[in-house]
Amino acid sequence: MNPGCRPWLRWALWAAIALLLLILPFATEALLGRSWVRILAVALLFVMLALGLNIVVGFAGLLDLGYIAFFAVGAYSYALLASPQFGIHWPVLVLLPLGAALAALFGILIGAPTLRLRGDYLAIVTLGFGEIIRVLLNNLNRPVNITNGPQGITLIDPVQIGGLSLAKTQEFAGLTFSAAHNYYYLFLLFALLTIVVSLRLQHSRIGRAWEAIRDDELAAAAMGIHTRNLKLLAFAMGATFGGVAGGLFAAFQGFVSPESFHLIDSIMVLCMVVLGGMGNVAGVVLGAVLLTALPEALRYIGPLQQRLLGEVLIDPADLRMLLFGLALVLMMLLRPQGLWPVRRKSQTAETADVS
Amino acid sequence: MEIFTQQLINGLVLGSIYALVALGYTMVYGILGLINFAHGDITMIGALVALTVVQALAAAGVPAPLVLVLAGGCAILVCSLLGLSIERVAYRPLRRAPRLAPLITAIGVSILLQYSAALIWGKQYIALPKLIEPAAINIGGAQMTTLQLAIFVLACAIMAVLLWFIKASRMGRAMRATEQNPDVAGLMGVNTNAVIAFTFVLGSAIGAVAGLMVVLYYGIGHYFMGFMLGLKAFTAAVLGGIGNVGGAVMGGLLLGIIESMASGYIGDLTGGVLGSNYRDIFAFLVLVLVLVIKPSGLMGQAGGDRA
Repeated sequence: MNPGCRPWLRWALWAAIALLLLILPFATEALLGRSWVRILAVALLFVMLALGLNIVVGFAGLLDLGYIAFFAVGAYSYALLASPQFGIHWPVLVLLPLGAALAALFGILIGAPTLRLRGDYLAIVTLGFGEIIRVLLNNLNRPVNITNGPQGITLIDPVQIGGLSLAKTQEFAGLTFSAAHNYYYLFLLFALLTIVVSLRLQHSRIGRAWEAIRDDELAAAAMGIHTRNLKLLAFAMGATFGGVAGGLFAAFQGFVSPESFHLIDSIMVLCMVVLGGMGNVAGVVLGAVLLTALPEALRYIGPLQQRLLGEVLIDPADLRMLLFGLALVLMMLLRPQGLWPVRRKSQTAETADVS
Repeated sequence: MEIFTQQLINGLVLGSIYALVALGYTMVYGILGLINFAHGDITMIGALVALTVVQALAAAGVPAPLVLVLAGGCAILVCSLLGLSIERVAYRPLRRAPRLAPLITAIGVSILLQYSAALIWGKQYIALPKLIEPAAINIGGAQMTTLQLAIFVLACAIMAVLLWFIKASRMGRAMRATEQNPDVAGLMGVNTNAVIAFTFVLGSAIGAVAGLMVVLYYGIGHYFMGFMLGLKAFTAAVLGGIGNVGGAVMGGLLLGIIESMASGYIGDLTGGVLGSNYRDIFAFLVLVLVLVIKPSGLMGQAGGDRA
């Protein structure tokens, strides 16, 4: 945003963006069908996740390869306390903060012993942690059935606002709000909140301290920054975002299973952050939206083959992943700093190691 | 005691395979500081190529030893070329890029390899035709098959030759020089690009042999088999101190033993509450513990953190 431009122009621009976001699900439904409204909602969830990871990777420069574990903690804490699994049905307003707090606790638990490791050691420990969580979720159905194992937890309560269930189709002012629409607006609210928090954090004292740690930890420590506490804070903060997104995810899907929390999902979120432009909030949002939409768009390859070649030669699901892999490689070769990189103040910082 | 010896044998065999794959990770990491995520999948390609060769030749009635040599040869050839081209296309242009960029390309290459394999070989498990009936040797009440023995001996031989090669040969010296400081090595007349390419080829070739071993040991191959194998091998490399070739060997063997012991004893120790389905956790638990106590890995130098 150019600070030099006239204020009324900026307001007009913001108003246009706000309007666009508000009518987006209806426009999408008209153009692409209702399944894309759902994809929009999922994209917003991933915006939250990517921004959470961006705090850890982009701001503080800590490579976390197990981020999805915090998402899993949030999702399962919501699922267990709002489903017939234990017969507990707590309200959303209790569960979301609880999920966030639990995720933050896990972030501190995993972060405290490992944050003095740097770079790739941290990466592999977080990766290991992610796998541990998934294996636990898979196996904690015996001897006491807690997580219901690989079958996952079903019939999770949807979000209810004042007796209004978001999972039900609502008619309002002549418009039909399907479950996907309702959740889109809910997630939009949370995503915007995440964006604002991220932006405020970035330019705060804490954000600048993170940046200093990322660029040179030793120098940062010499300047009086308490590096361990701040790194822990970054970890816990990122985890909190993941936990909230996880709770929303569980409510949205109505079903969670360990299958949703594979390493590939952690990698996907990391790719969103790096592809969009690490450290830049706008870039990360762009990366999250693109990487959610791209694989979905690639689903149309099957019918396209059918039309062009008369038969489906290559399994579309495989081809989708192939193209995704290719896109990752090409992206990085052509634009290693990401689509929308953060503007650095000095030239030297651009080539500095980030991790 | 018999269980102990048995699990020790299983662990050593499994560990020697981990160690071979870990070598590929650690050599590349030592020189480039890059987690070559695709290495596990290169191993997978080697395994599936070997499987295909065995299937084709065994049906044609070629004698078993020749089949194995040819399968190994083909796998090594394919993987070496693969390693060489991946380095050239995906990693070399990014050598001066931000640190996470090559990691993302590595992930991209890994996905590419997996799904190329899915297209070529399909997604089902591929079974290895019966080649030889391995005889069992009795060691202190425990059984060790000749196949296990062969895998273990061959793996040890490869590791010994590699350690000697890096220590004593001209190329090995160039590799060590490049690892310490690529720029200065270049000034001293080392062709660092060639050395890095060679490192990839060497790691991939060893990975191909490991792939063949996995196929022989478990009797099946699958397009996704490189993932867990690569993860374990990388864990082994970190366990031993990443970048350290001797450490990778030790880390691999140790990880194999820990895993076998854990999956052999956990049921008894916990009264059947925890089963061997927790096996995959142990690798990571041990890793976390080791790193917390000694962050540079078992054999890494103090302060050797290059990240």
